[in-house]
Amino acid sequence: MPGTVLTITSGKGGVGKTTATANIAAALAKLGQKVVCLDADIGLRNLDLVLGLENRIVYDLVDVVEGRCRLRQALIRDKRLPNLFLIPAAQTRDKTAVSPTDMVHLCNELKQEFDWILIDSPAGIERGFRNAIAPADQVVVVTNPEVSAVRDADRIIGLIEAEEKGPARLLLNRLNPQMVRNGDMLDADDVLELLAIDLLGVVPEDEAVVVSTNRGMPVALDEKSRAGQAFRNVARRLLGEDVPFMDWDSESGFLQRLGRLFGRGD
Amino acid sequence: MGWLDRLTGRDKSAHKAKDRLRLVLIHDRTDLAPGQLDALKDELIAVISRYIEIEPQAVEIQLSQDGREQYLVANIPLRPTRRARK
Repeated sequence: MPGTVLTITSGKGGVGKTTATANIAAALAKLGQKVVCLDADIGLRNLDLVLGLENRIVYDLVDVVEGRCRLRQALIRDKRLPNLFLIPAAQTRDKTAVSPTDMVHLCNELKQEFDWILIDSPAGIERGFRNAIAPADQVVVVTNPEVSAVRDADRIIGLIEAEEKGPARLLLNRLNPQMVRNGDMLDADDVLELLAIDLLGVVPEDEAVVVSTNRGMPVALDEKSRAGQAFRNVARRLLGEDVPFMDWDSESGFLQRLGRLFGRGD
Repeated sequence: MGWLDRLTGRDKSAHKAKDRLRLVLIHDRTDLAPGQLDALKDELIAVISRYIEIEPQAVEIQLSQDGREQYLVANIPLRPTRRARK
């Protein structure tokens, strides 16, 4: 059976697309899936760095598209997870070096060999986004519980629908449960109600993400990290498993429990 | 901010964020600036008034949403005519 192309996008930059791509990929590979990550952010590549594969790059996406190497030569295998591969973006070119049609052809070839092709989309709604969305079978929109990120996510969801690539699913990243409890951060329910799409996962704010990114080691491989657990849950949901959403209530205080008692619970 | 708002959490910043987003998303999705909605209302009143007597002050026009579908909801009360009573 041919593989699935999953595009990870957001509209706004800096919400965690690359981190999400690296971690969902690592978690899927850990579950035995054969996965390739494609960095579509030509000119601003980073997926190589987040995955810790930056020293192994010889050829890139543009080399493949322009025929300077064979597809196989541009695939970098992760030594920790032998099922995980990366095709890096070119760093010295721009988004117009690749067309949406190029991306469709490339992904059709990759689908024969891989279970999952994860595309890390650049921020924005221009050519880079169109390249990333063109071959998608499924789309994940990453956002943060914060006004500008939610607004941009809504815009991108509209564009995904217009391209007939929907329905997109939501990954809410960097949720701070303590701030939600204090009424100072939008909760997952609020964001879902505003955006009116299905939820794929909620990733809590977690210092372990910064630490693991520093080391070039996906946090999904850290058994103790809560963010890592959230990404592993996302991977299982992608494989069709019905995984309950993580429960932050274990830390909740007396007032929250009292609130739930009177039916105002979350 | 009243004591009731404080008690129900409506003065919290998350609540403000949600209210502001709700409005801005409706206008983003329809590509209709808040000022244009007023112009639409005025023109609509003018057109309908050519056919039927209405109460211009009582006309309400707003955008609402159900899921990702947008609706333009108009409430246009008609003026009772003397003819109908004869």
